[in-house]
Amino acid sequence: MSDTLSPQIRFGSNAGQPATRRDGIAKVTGAATFAADNNPKGLLHAVYVHAKIARGRVSHLDVAAAEAHPGVTHVMTPQNRPELQGDPSAKPTMFSFRTEVLQDNTVRYAGQPIALVLGETLEAATEGARLLAPQYEADPARVGLDDNAATSFEPSGFGLPGGESHGVLAAGHAAATRTIDVSYETAAQYHNAMETHAIVAQWDKDRLTLDTPSQALNLSCAAFAYFFGIPPQNMTLRSPYLGGGFGSKAIPTGPQVLAILAARMTQRPVKLMFTRQQMFGPVGHRGATRQRLRMGVDETAALTVIDHDGLAETSTFDDFVEPAANASQGLYAAGALRARHRLVRLDIGTPGPMRAPGEASGSAALECAMDEMAEAAGIDPLEFRLRNYAETHPGSGLPYSSKALRECYAQGAERFGWEGRPLEPRQMRDADGMLTGWGMGTALFPCPMFAAEARATLRPDGTALFETSAVDMGQGAWTSLAQIAADSLGLTLDQVEFRAGHSALPDGGVAGGSGHTATAGGALHAAGGDVLRQLGDLATANPASPLYGAGNASLVARDGWLLLEKDESRRERFADILSRAGQTEMTGTGSAGRAPEDAGRHAMNSHGAVFAEVKVDPDLCQVRVTRLVGAFAAGRIINPRLTESQLMGGMIWGTSFALHESARHDRRSGRIVNADFAGYHVPVNADVSGLEVITVHEDDPYVNALGIKGVGEIGVVGTVGAIGNAIWHATGQRVRHFPIRIADLLTS
Amino acid sequence: MKQFDYVQPKTVDEALASWEPNAAWLGGGTNLVDLMKLGVTQPQRVIDLTRIPDLGEIAFQENGSVRIGALVSNAALARHADFAQHFPMVSEALLSGASGQLRNMATVAGNLMQRTRCAYFQEETAACNRRIPGAGCDARDSDEEARALLGASPAYVATNPSDFCVPLAALEARVEVRGANGTREIPFAEFHLLPGDHPERETALADGELIIALHLPAEAAGFAKHARYLKVRDRTSFAFATTAAAAALRMEDGIIAEGRLALGAVAAKPWRVAEAEALLAGQAPDTALFARAAEVAMVGAEAPEHLEWKIDLARRTAARALAMAAAGTPARMPALPASTFGHQNGDLAHV
Amino acid sequence: MSLCISLTLNGEARDVTLDDPRVTLLDLLRERLALPGTKKGCDRGQCGACTVLLNERRANACLMLAAGLDGAEITTIEGLAVGETLHPVQAAFIENDGFQCGYCTPGQIMSAVGLIAEGDAGSDPERIREGMSGNICRCGAYHGITLAVQEASRRMAAKDEGDTA
Repeated sequence: MSDTLSPQIRFGSNAGQPATRRDGIAKVTGAATFAADNNPKGLLHAVYVHAKIARGRVSHLDVAAAEAHPGVTHVMTPQNRPELQGDPSAKPTMFSFRTEVLQDNTVRYAGQPIALVLGETLEAATEGARLLAPQYEADPARVGLDDNAATSFEPSGFGLPGGESHGVLAAGHAAATRTIDVSYETAAQYHNAMETHAIVAQWDKDRLTLDTPSQALNLSCAAFAYFFGIPPQNMTLRSPYLGGGFGSKAIPTGPQVLAILAARMTQRPVKLMFTRQQMFGPVGHRGATRQRLRMGVDETAALTVIDHDGLAETSTFDDFVEPAANASQGLYAAGALRARHRLVRLDIGTPGPMRAPGEASGSAALECAMDEMAEAAGIDPLEFRLRNYAETHPGSGLPYSSKALRECYAQGAERFGWEGRPLEPRQMRDADGMLTGWGMGTALFPCPMFAAEARATLRPDGTALFETSAVDMGQGAWTSLAQIAADSLGLTLDQVEFRAGHSALPDGGVAGGSGHTATAGGALHAAGGDVLRQLGDLATANPASPLYGAGNASLVARDGWLLLEKDESRRERFADILSRAGQTEMTGTGSAGRAPEDAGRHAMNSHGAVFAEVKVDPDLCQVRVTRLVGAFAAGRIINPRLTESQLMGGMIWGTSFALHESARHDRRSGRIVNADFAGYHVPVNADVSGLEVITVHEDDPYVNALGIKGVGEIGVVGTVGAIGNAIWHATGQRVRHFPIRIADLLTS
Repeated sequence: MKQFDYVQPKTVDEALASWEPNAAWLGGGTNLVDLMKLGVTQPQRVIDLTRIPDLGEIAFQENGSVRIGALVSNAALARHADFAQHFPMVSEALLSGASGQLRNMATVAGNLMQRTRCAYFQEETAACNRRIPGAGCDARDSDEEARALLGASPAYVATNPSDFCVPLAALEARVEVRGANGTREIPFAEFHLLPGDHPERETALADGELIIALHLPAEAAGFAKHARYLKVRDRTSFAFATTAAAAALRMEDGIIAEGRLALGAVAAKPWRVAEAEALLAGQAPDTALFARAAEVAMVGAEAPEHLEWKIDLARRTAARALAMAAAGTPARMPALPASTFGHQNGDLAHV
Repeated sequence: MSLCISLTLNGEARDVTLDDPRVTLLDLLRERLALPGTKKGCDRGQCGACTVLLNERRANACLMLAAGLDGAEITTIEGLAVGETLHPVQAAFIENDGFQCGYCTPGQIMSAVGLIAEGDAGSDPERIREGMSGNICRCGAYHGITLAVQEASRRMAAKDEGDTA
């Protein structure tokens, strides 16, 4: 096909292998160094104080008491905060958020930093912070979707989903013989990576070195440099390991900026580690949503219309929107579709992207609504989805770059044992008398590409060094990117040294959007390819080489040799090519991104189907997910072991969304009352059993050079709905909000 | 954390002598150290009891009762083979609480002294009459789920979070305490106080009194074959109870000779109702009977706003716990202790 | 005030002077003894990231005042492997992909070592899941964690039998 991305890649044998993690030993022995593990000499400990009201002003801080505490060295408040060169209220780049760094005494959300205390010990700084004992002039807090609903508005600006619509809505409604009109709510959720945000900042004149977890090293450097008026090249950011990110560690936060400011002010290294409670505030969150879905089917159970309205919360001072209604785009072949968003301004921290932003919340509502529609139409939910299978992208009519969703449905259903599921709810009990229910959901996630660069250096001993500032936040970049790198030069994994997680390396781009392996991997692959091209040029142009005269494109690399693909007896060692040319090593560079013309030719998504079994105690209404089978088609799988882990992790996030996560506000002060792991539940080990992942084979020649679609987020999608639907199937009760808790099943 | 003076007495007498107002006894630290970090508790002096050698023993007496030293850890007690055999629902309650790590640290006495998990108690800036008498109660008009259904007062509305204390109440444990005026025993029913007008008073301990040991009477072992703790919770493990119940039956020829029932997470203390137990005595075990007992146990319950559902859940929990007790104590501790998902079908010890 | 405590830390006798009784074992390890392998996830005993072995039993280092630990034997993640030889639990975590970001991993592993020593769980997955529930993994590596503990438990039991035979 003419529009296949070319050239078709040469690929080695590392991709597809379930290699164990290259950082495994470091992580199981405690040797892996996370940001707060750094203790440079002369360190000062910083602790920031956060507001305990959501709206108003700080009227008093007992600075004298804090300063009098032994070991406290400095107290930074809006009154004495040193100047920043960059305006924290501005948005200098498209990825910027307005940042709270003690601009004034205004409180705009509970959790906002209002002072910073430095001490010689962590104990001193911590107590100094407590002694500030803030007093407030509080205004009424608006923290629920209904608190400011009258002023909801349509979002605009960067990153905000415009509406999407196709077909004629009125015609879709008119053609329907059965309709539903349902509203679902999803709770505010907080990322809560196990590693709280932490930073160790050190200045050397106008050079700044940071140890801080970052999902986007070079972007972060530019943002930090902006605040401090230094060129980005004066910044060193080290982020070899992130203790989880999930979207919360891509953009610098106010407290991190304050710690850097404190280091400059004191001319000493400063360490700041957020408390767990402080993870509920200035680091973003998944905004609460209320979604209305109006759907209709004709007498053949074909969808005539999907009308998906999403209402989401945002802060009073910035504009992030949870693009939930987008989940309805591109999935089902409805004759007419409309997806719209509105925002409500509340006294909360600005929401941000959190693992599967938009899709997770939107799919939760959409997949449950699909179940309700199937129920209304009187057919099996899987059959209903198959009848409305989109062969081309609904709306645009674009072909999919690849779409093995049908196989996902089939393999998932087979493994789960979906066949024979009673249509009616409350039909199944297990041997212990537990109500048992089965539900399913479809998963879809886009396949974005960002921009990344990489460098490959072939060494005289036949090994190679690959470098890019890629990020491993747990997804396994240290391993899977090294596999891609090794394949690009036809080397074995142990012949490759891979450096990442450091800002001095070529820009590895953003670890987010499930696009990092494709993007950074693409750059690494291209860098290796650049080395091979140069080697090929040397060899094929030199009469002394066995490869002389062979076209460069006909060469392949394997085990340190360059070979003629059609006649492998013609070959030459990398080392010999180099030495003949008088070179000891050879460096290549590569980059990756998606050309706009490629973006416009295909709809590109990962797909999946998730099947859930829940048990519900018929009297006590406690719920347990006992089986979760997910089948996913996500293009080329670089490392099946790590991919399975990623998908399972996502499915556990889905369980968490469906049954557990919800930040609850005190109605008076607006502060989050369950800002800890005892109150803000995420699943524990006992919540997870019967988890199975199937990866469905998919060759995608269009999505990117490596055929990778990404697996980091799609596991969340579909799972929430599958569990909600299984709870309905077990109990007969449609709970139209998440999380679903005991009280919902007792009373509804 | 506020600065404090740290002492480590070697004997109980030394400990008692080192007491001063606004001191705190430190056992396992799982609750106290946490509250000190939060600023909720700000002792001037921390008296670390862990070096006192004779507080760590579990001793069965000749009369069949057992004396459990104040510093015995939750894990050590739960896994003590003789203890678990005689008082299985106490073990089950202990193992359903917190985590493996915390159970290794937390102590018997500390568990009796465990403070409420009400978010407004735990937040220094919120009004709480228990923390600061007269400050008010921000929890009363809130969505807090740790609000009591029974025994609350206008001044204080929160629940006691302990699992351990629920079966102890049912089994009529006694608390041995020592103070300046010597040793005394406090019946368990009198140990925790309802809040009334003085929510700052949580237990019957006098200022400076120290828990030395806990006693379970010999009769309590008579329930061993039909004794269960059931804990309904929001996740499968490592969560505080939404509702809980300890139920124990002494069976004679298929008839309940004596029944015990206490509810957890519904009041500021474990909730035991004599009338509910009286209903059981002399009856054959039966679902309708258990439902009636559960109904009686919750007489007088008043649901705070948004918690109406909890009264019903508490009743169902009590009834189910009784049914589980009637079915018999499992031969082996269920994989998920006290969980409705911890069934051990066909593995019963009651025959 | 100044307090002196003697510890056996990862098999080595250490005398430690504390200038502040407020220091927890976790902060002592991380900030004063250059042993940052033990992690801080919540500082309140709610996540298990700081799990160490105290006198061979698993415990949350964040809730222990260091001042009270005179004479204690403490094992942290840094003290588990013998030279280059990983502890069977460490090896099983790698083989079963029982972690992703690795931040909760030291606590998971120390907790698993403690759980296996407690002897209640054996290789029963449900008992392992319950026994490991004091260690939160936000990445969601629980499936691999359970497999890893099962495998290590079996391997260690087999070795014990081999040793006594």
